[in-house]
Amino acid sequence: MRVVIAEDLALLRDGLVRLLSANGFTVVEAVGNAPMLLRALVRHRPDVAVIDVRLPPRFTDEGLRTALEARRLVPGLPVLILSQYVEQLYARELLSDRSGGVGYLLKDRVGDVDRFVDAVREVAGGGTAMDPEVVTQLLTRRGRDEPLATLTPREREVLELMAEGLSNLAIAARFQVTDKAVAKHTNNIFTKLGLPPSDDHHRRVMAVLAYLQASPTGDRPTA
Amino acid sequence: MSRTRPRPARDRAAAFRRASDPGHLVARPVSHAVAVPAELVLNAVTGLVALALLMLLVLGGALAPVTGPAPLARASALARRLAVFHRRRAGRSTPRRPPTTRRTVLWLAVHSVTGPAPVAATWAMLAALDYVFFRLHPVERSSLNTFAMSLSIAAIAVVILLSVFLFRAGQDRLARLLLDPPPSPDARIRELTEARAALADARAAELRRIERDLHDGAQAKLIAIRMHLGLARGSRDAGEMLRMIDEAREVAGEALTDLRDLVRGIHPPVLADRGLAGAIEASALLCPVPVTLDLDLPGRLQPPVESAVYFAAAEALTNVTKHSGAARAWVRLRHAAGMLTLTVGDDGRGGARRDAGTGLRGIENRLSAFDGSLTVSSPPGGPTELIMELPCALSSPKISPC
Repeated sequence: MRVVIAEDLALLRDGLVRLLSANGFTVVEAVGNAPMLLRALVRHRPDVAVIDVRLPPRFTDEGLRTALEARRLVPGLPVLILSQYVEQLYARELLSDRSGGVGYLLKDRVGDVDRFVDAVREVAGGGTAMDPEVVTQLLTRRGRDEPLATLTPREREVLELMAEGLSNLAIAARFQVTDKAVAKHTNNIFTKLGLPPSDDHHRRVMAVLAYLQASPTGDRPTA
Repeated sequence: MSRTRPRPARDRAAAFRRASDPGHLVARPVSHAVAVPAELVLNAVTGLVALALLMLLVLGGALAPVTGPAPLARASALARRLAVFHRRRAGRSTPRRPPTTRRTVLWLAVHSVTGPAPVAATWAMLAALDYVFFRLHPVERSSLNTFAMSLSIAAIAVVILLSVFLFRAGQDRLARLLLDPPPSPDARIRELTEARAALADARAAELRRIERDLHDGAQAKLIAIRMHLGLARGSRDAGEMLRMIDEAREVAGEALTDLRDLVRGIHPPVLADRGLAGAIEASALLCPVPVTLDLDLPGRLQPPVESAVYFAAAEALTNVTKHSGAARAWVRLRHAAGMLTLTVGDDGRGGARRDAGTGLRGIENRLSAFDGSLTVSSPPGGPTELIMELPCALSSPKISPC
C-alpha cells in the first residue's frame, strides 16, 4: 500500500516512515511542508496520506486545508489527519464531502501501533477513523430531544466504536458477543436514527457521522 | 472569518439562521408595541417624581438651618437612586463612579421637564383637536368630518409612536451626558492604571498556574517515564520489562493530555488557526444549547484582543450552558467604525447579575484591560443579552499561501 507522509518535525516524520514501513506500507514520499505535500499528493495519488494538521510555512491548519484541497483535485483521496488536539470544526470539514476515506486522530494514538496501523488501513480502504475523543464529544453534546437520546447505553457504545472505524467483528470481540448480536444493535441504531441499513459497514459509519455533523445546531434534518 | 474561504463559513452561518428561526427576532416588534405606552407612562411618572424631589431638595436646603441636614440628605439619597435607575435604563448598568450632587440636581431639573413632556404633548395635541373641531367651529355630524377627525387622531398616534423612539434615545443620551462624570484626565489615568494593575495581576497568576501545572503534571510524568524505562532496561525478566514499558507508554499518554489541556487554556489552537470567528464557531459546536451564529469579521484582530474576546465569548457560552436553562442561544459579531461588538444572548430564565458570581466579572475584567465594556440586559424571565464592546483595529485579511 502506497502512502505519503506530511510532518514537519523530522524526528516524528522518520518515526512515522519507520512505523508504516515496518507494517507493510510503502512510503512513496515524506514531506515537511504544505506546498510540497500538495504536489506529492497530486503526483503520486497514494492509497492513503498521513498528514499533520499543522505544517509550515505558517504553522496553523495548513495540513488540513491542503488535504481538503487535494481531495477536491483527486476526489475520494484517502487522508488521515494527525493532530495534537481535536476540533469538531475540522472533523466536520473533513466529512463535508461525504465520501469515505477520511481519518482524524490525536497524535498520541501513534503510540498504540497496532490500532494506529488499523486506522490507516481503514482509511485507505475508504472507511472512517475518528478519534474516540471526537466521537465522544459528538455524542455527548446532543440535546435531550435528539433521536440519539433514544439509544440504549449498549447501542451508544456500539455506535461509538463504529464511528472509530471498528468492524462488526471487532466490536463483537470487544464485547465478547456474537457478531449477529452486534448486527442487531446496529440495525436498531439505524432504525432509531432514521437511516436505511446497508451491508457495507464503512458507509454506515459515514452515514452516522454525516448525520451527526449535518445537524450542528441540533435541528433534525428530517423526522 | 477564515482567510482562504470566507464564503462557505458565512453561508453556513446563514444556513444556521434559516434552519433555526430564533423566536427573539419575531418577538421584538410585539414587545415594542407594548413598550411604547409603558415607556410614556414610566417617563411621565419618573419626571413627576423628579420634580417632587427637586422641590424637596430646594425646600430641604432652605429649611436646613431649622430642621438640620437630615431631610436634605434623605431627599438627595432618593434623587441619587432615581438617577442610578435611569442610568441603568440608559444602558450603563454598573456606574464606576456615582454622579456628583450638582449633576444629579441638574439632571432632576431636566428630567422633570422632559419626562412628562410626551404625555403633556399628547394631551396638548388632543386638546387642540378638541378645540378646532368642537369649540372654534362646531361641526355637524357628517361622514367627512368623522373621517377627518379619525385621520387626525391616527396622525397624532403615529407622531407619538415615532417620537417615542427618538425621545427615548435623547433621554438616554441626556442621562449619560449628565450622570456619567466627565472624563477628566486624572480619573482616566486612575482608571487605566487600575486596569493595567488588574491585567498584570491576572497575568502573574496565570503564569504561576502554568508553572504549577507543568511542574506537577507533565514534568513529573516525564520523570516517571524515564524511571520506568530505566527499570525496564535493567530488568532481567521479560514479563517485568514489558510491564514497565507499557506503564511508561501509559504515563506518556497522560503527560500529553496534561500538556494539551494546558495549551488550550493558554491559547486555543483553533484561535490561532481560524481567528476569532472560527474559534467562536468551534466553541458553539461544543455548546449543548443550540447556538445560532451570525459572525461577520472580515479580518484578523490583534492577537491579545482576539484572545480576550474569545475567552469572554467562551465564558458567556459556558454561562448559558450552566445557568440559563435556555433552549436557544445566539452569538453576533460585528466590527464597524473601529468598534468590535459581540452579543451573546439566550432565551433562558434571565436574572443574570454581575455581582452574583465571578463569571460576568471575569468577562468585564478581560474587556476592561483593552478599554472595552460589558452591558448586561437580563430581566427576570429572559431573554439575557450580554453586549461586549471593544475599540480595536482590524488588520486586513492575510493572503493564504496554500
